[in-house]
Amino acid sequence: MSVSFDFDVILRSAPYLFAEGMRFTVTLTVLAALGGVFLGTLLALMRLSPTRLLSWPAALYVNVMRSIPLLLVIFWLYFLVPYFGAWLLGEDRPIQVGAFWTSVVTFTLFEAAYFAEIARAGIQSVPRGQLGAAYAIGLTHGQAMRDVVLPQAFRNMLPVLLTQTIVLFQDTSLVYVLSITDFLGAATKVGQRDGRLVEMYVFAAVVYAVVCYLLSRLVRRLERRVAIIR
Amino acid sequence: MNYDWTWSVFLEPSPDGRGTYLQTLVEGLGWTVAVSLSAWVLALVLGIAVGTLRTVPHRGASVFAAFWIETFRSIPLLVQIFLWYFVVPELLPAGLGDAIKAMRPPWGSFWPAVIGLAFFTSARVAEQVRAGIESQSRGQRHAALAVGLTVAQTYRYVLLPMAVRIILPPLTSEFMNTIKNSSVALTVGLLELTAAARSMQEFSFQVFEAFAAATVIYLVINAIVVLAMRALERKLAVPGLHGQAVRGTRK
Repeated sequence: MSVSFDFDVILRSAPYLFAEGMRFTVTLTVLAALGGVFLGTLLALMRLSPTRLLSWPAALYVNVMRSIPLLLVIFWLYFLVPYFGAWLLGEDRPIQVGAFWTSVVTFTLFEAAYFAEIARAGIQSVPRGQLGAAYAIGLTHGQAMRDVVLPQAFRNMLPVLLTQTIVLFQDTSLVYVLSITDFLGAATKVGQRDGRLVEMYVFAAVVYAVVCYLLSRLVRRLERRVAIIR
Repeated sequence: MNYDWTWSVFLEPSPDGRGTYLQTLVEGLGWTVAVSLSAWVLALVLGIAVGTLRTVPHRGASVFAAFWIETFRSIPLLVQIFLWYFVVPELLPAGLGDAIKAMRPPWGSFWPAVIGLAFFTSARVAEQVRAGIESQSRGQRHAALAVGLTVAQTYRYVLLPMAVRIILPPLTSEFMNTIKNSSVALTVGLLELTAAARSMQEFSFQVFEAFAAATVIYLVINAIVVLAMRALERKLAVPGLHGQAVRGTRK
């Protein structure tokens, strides 16, 4: 080891790393998870629909999204979001979209494909008889889904959903390629400025490892609590 | 949307002076395949070893394996690759570290990416292997020991061959993840497929064509892997054991 390990640089930069970097990482994770679950549930409902016009596009979307790397999706959307925004607002020219909203849209659209598969499994895990019973007491398909099937499905899929959110938390580090100051981006900036990349990357790795380990322990405990005893 | 479509851009010469943009993409594909396959082979070896240790009746071994799995699963792949690329050469003895840093490109980016991807994937393979071993009835192990096999022989001839056949479907999706994850190698400067598409887009300004080409190539790779693995699964399917035998392997 050519130079000694400098703990001081970590202490000095910790407020910046957490207040700037980690705040971005957590905000992005939460927004993308919420958006992804919402869109993913819609996609799952579409995919399970008997109408081809609904199930086909949903299946296509989910399969294509799950076949390409997240980095490629990030590059795609960095290019497409300004055009899409212009189309949405009826402008002639591509609009300026900040790095934050670009990454929120990107991760929401990407995660939706994965959440859709989880939601589909969750919905299918609810016994068919539940739907039949809901129809029998006179509920419409929409009511049966909303009031009977989905609540049970969410309970079944909650642990997997949270595990996927931990994966999302790790994946947000890839905004590195857009030069955004997420937790890893902040560590990189400090490391490059002070010539202390070794310390900063080791520290970043330890923080990610501890956070993800604790979260996954929490999920495991939750899994035992929400399990429906049949 | 006024976008200037030029699909013939693939035949134009790229600024690296070595051929057309099409060639850039094909070379990128080559690196994607090289990184993915090397990392996958290494991940399988490590994953089977660690997954086995996780289940053996020896406390030290199973604690070590659990630590391995939690560590390499909890750190983002990008951070792991950075550790291998930026940090490890600094922590090694100066001579060795300098030799690593002096590696000719692209090997200086290739190996950290392969090792990082392999260790990351090995944790996930190990979890599958553990599940594959634990899903077999206790009778298998007991019977093997009863006929006089040692613990090592029990694993080698009875538990592991079955486990691998049982976990083939989840391993397929792990392999596809490895191919997709190999794109992270671009962050340390390896010109794999996604990076090739990005560089083509930067120089030619034909963003849509470049990314569309990369997307189609990834879809084709996926289709090939799915078909090949399906054939393998049919060949190795355990008679009388249907469908997804392994459930809830994540945690």
